[in-house]
Amino acid sequence: MRYLLPFRKYLLCTTVVGALGLLQVGCGGSKENGAPDKAVIQNAGSDTMVNLAQAWAEDYAVVATTVSIEVSGGGSGTGIASLINGTVDIANCSRKMKPEELERAEQNTGKRPVEFVVGYDALAVYVHLDNPLDEISIEQLAQIYGEKGNLTKWSELGIRHTACESDEIIRISRQSNSGTYHYFREAILGSTKDFKLGSRDLHGSKDVVDLVENTPCALGYSGMGYATEHVKMLKITTIKGETAYPPTLETALEGTYPIARPLYMYTLGEPTGDIKTYIDWVFSETGQKIVETNGYVPLKREGTESTGDMTGE
Amino acid sequence: MASMRHRLETIAEPAIELIIRLCGISSIVFVFGIFFFVFREGASFFFGGLDLVEFLTSPEWFPSSVSNKRYGVLALIAGTFSVTILAMIIAVPFGIGAAIYVSEFCSPKLKETFKIVIELLAAIPSVVWGFIGLTIMNELIIDIFNAPIGLTVLNGGLILALMSVPIIVSIGEDALKAVPDSFREAAVALGATRWQLVYRALLPAAKNGLLAASLLGVARAVGETMAVLMATGHAVNMPGSPLDSVRTLTATIAAELGEAPLGSDHYQVLFIIGVLLFSINFIVNLTADLIVKGVRDE
Repeated sequence: MRYLLPFRKYLLCTTVVGALGLLQVGCGGSKENGAPDKAVIQNAGSDTMVNLAQAWAEDYAVVATTVSIEVSGGGSGTGIASLINGTVDIANCSRKMKPEELERAEQNTGKRPVEFVVGYDALAVYVHLDNPLDEISIEQLAQIYGEKGNLTKWSELGIRHTACESDEIIRISRQSNSGTYHYFREAILGSTKDFKLGSRDLHGSKDVVDLVENTPCALGYSGMGYATEHVKMLKITTIKGETAYPPTLETALEGTYPIARPLYMYTLGEPTGDIKTYIDWVFSETGQKIVETNGYVPLKREGTESTGDMTGE
Repeated sequence: MASMRHRLETIAEPAIELIIRLCGISSIVFVFGIFFFVFREGASFFFGGLDLVEFLTSPEWFPSSVSNKRYGVLALIAGTFSVTILAMIIAVPFGIGAAIYVSEFCSPKLKETFKIVIELLAAIPSVVWGFIGLTIMNELIIDIFNAPIGLTVLNGGLILALMSVPIIVSIGEDALKAVPDSFREAAVALGATRWQLVYRALLPAAKNGLLAASLLGVARAVGETMAVLMATGHAVNMPGSPLDSVRTLTATIAAELGEAPLGSDHYQVLFIIGVLLFSINFIVNLTADLIVKGVRDE
C-alpha cells in the first residue's frame, strides 16, 4: 500500500501535467475552459508544494463553490515557465523567481509577476533509520554534495555505519527544475558553485524519502513535510561543533534551523477577482492552518495579511 | 455502358494511384519534417557557441550551473548505450528463444495463452515498469548483490529487456511462421530432429525477420524514457560496472525540457541531444538494412 502513494503522485505530476498542458494550449487560454458557470484558476509549479496546494484547493472548493482550482506539480521551474507563457494563473515556487525570469514574464505577457510568501518549509536532510549519524554541518554537506568536495565515506564523518557495507555515501539529489534543488544548492554551496556529478537525481520530493528509506547508504534532502517514521532527519548546524537544531516548526520560525526557506506563489500582475479572493483566503487563519497540518511552517501570526511580501521585486 | 465504365476507370485508376503515392511520400516528408523542426530549434546554438568536440567527449553535464555552464553528453551517451546493450544481451536470447518455442514447440492451445500473456506484457505502461524498478527491483538488487543502491544499469537493463521481449517475440514468431511448411516437411523427411529442424532449416530461413525483430527491440530500448529515468538512478556518471547508476539521453530531455527557458542555450542543447538520438536510431536502422541486404545478396 505504501508503494501506491509515490506512484499516484508520479501519475499526478507527469501524466496529468502533460495532459493539462496540452489541454491549455488547445484551448488557448486558462479561463475559457471548464464549465461556463465555474471559474477555473490554474495553479501549477513546485513539487514540494503540490500536496499543500492540493489541500488548499480541496478545502477552498468547500468554501467557494463557484471557483474550481486545478493544481498540478512538475517543479518550480515548470510553474515559472508556465507563468511566463501565460498558461497558469498562479505559479507555486519553492524558490524566488530570478530577475531574468521576471523580465521574460513581463516581456511575454506584459505583466510583471507579483510575489507572495505563503508559508515556510524546512528542508530536512534524511538518512536511513540504521544510520548512527545524528547531526551534520553545512560545511560537511558542502564537502559531500559540492563539485570539488572530497567527503565520500560515512566513516569520514566519524561514524561506523554498519548497515552500509560499502561505506560509500550515496548522494540523492533532485532534478534540476526543482526549486528544492536550487534552494539546497544555494544554501549549501553558495550562489556560484555546482553539485558534484553522480548524484541520483530523483523526480519528486516523496521519491527521495522513499529511496532513503530503502537504501542504508543513502543521504538525501527533501521538504520536512515528507518525513515518515521510516527515515531519520538529521540535526543541522551551520558551523561544526556548534549546537545542531532539528527541523521543526519552532526552529524554522526562530531561524535557528539553517535551511528553512519561504514558499512562494506568483501571479501575473496584482491579482484581481477570484484569484485575489483565493490568495487572501490562503493568507487567512484557515489557509495557514492547512499549511501547518501538511507539515510546513505557517506564517507568523501577528499581522497575517502583511506578512505576504507584496512587492514584485 | 461499357464505355462509361471504361471512362470511370480511366479517372478512378490514376486518382487512387495518386492517393497511394501521396501516402508513400508523406512518410518521407514526415521523417524529414521532424528532423528539420527538431534541428531548427537547436540550430543557432549548434552553429554558434556549441563546442562540438566538448559536447561529444566531455562527461561534464552542468546545464543549470550559475557560474560555469558545461554541456558534455559523453556520460549520457555511455548511459544510453550501457543500458541498451545490457538489455539486448538479456532480451535477444530470451525473445528469440520464446519465439521459437511459441512457433515450433508448444501445443496450439498453449500457444494462444502464451500470445495473450505476451501481449499483456507489452501493454504495461512504461511508467509502471519504472515504478517497479524504483521500488521492487531497487530493494532486490541491494539484497542480492549487496550493492549500496539498486538504481543501476542492471536495474534499467532488466526493465528494458522485459519491455523489449514482447516485441521480439511477436515479430520473431511472425518471421518463423512465414517460413513455408515445405521447409519443415523436407527437413523432417530427411530425418532431422526437432532441434536440427530449427537450427539448420528455420533459423537461416527466418534470419532477416529475426534480425529485424531484435533491432526493433534495440530501437525500443534506445528510445525508452520514463522507465529508465526511474530505474537507472538518473545520475550523470560514466558506468564502470552494471552496478553503477547512469543517466540516459532520453531521460535528460524528459527531465530538463520543462524547465529550460524557451530559446536558451540549455533548451537548444536538449534539441541537439534529440538530433543525436535521431542519428543513433538512423544509424542502427541503416546498419540493419545493409546487413539484411548483404544477407539477401549472398
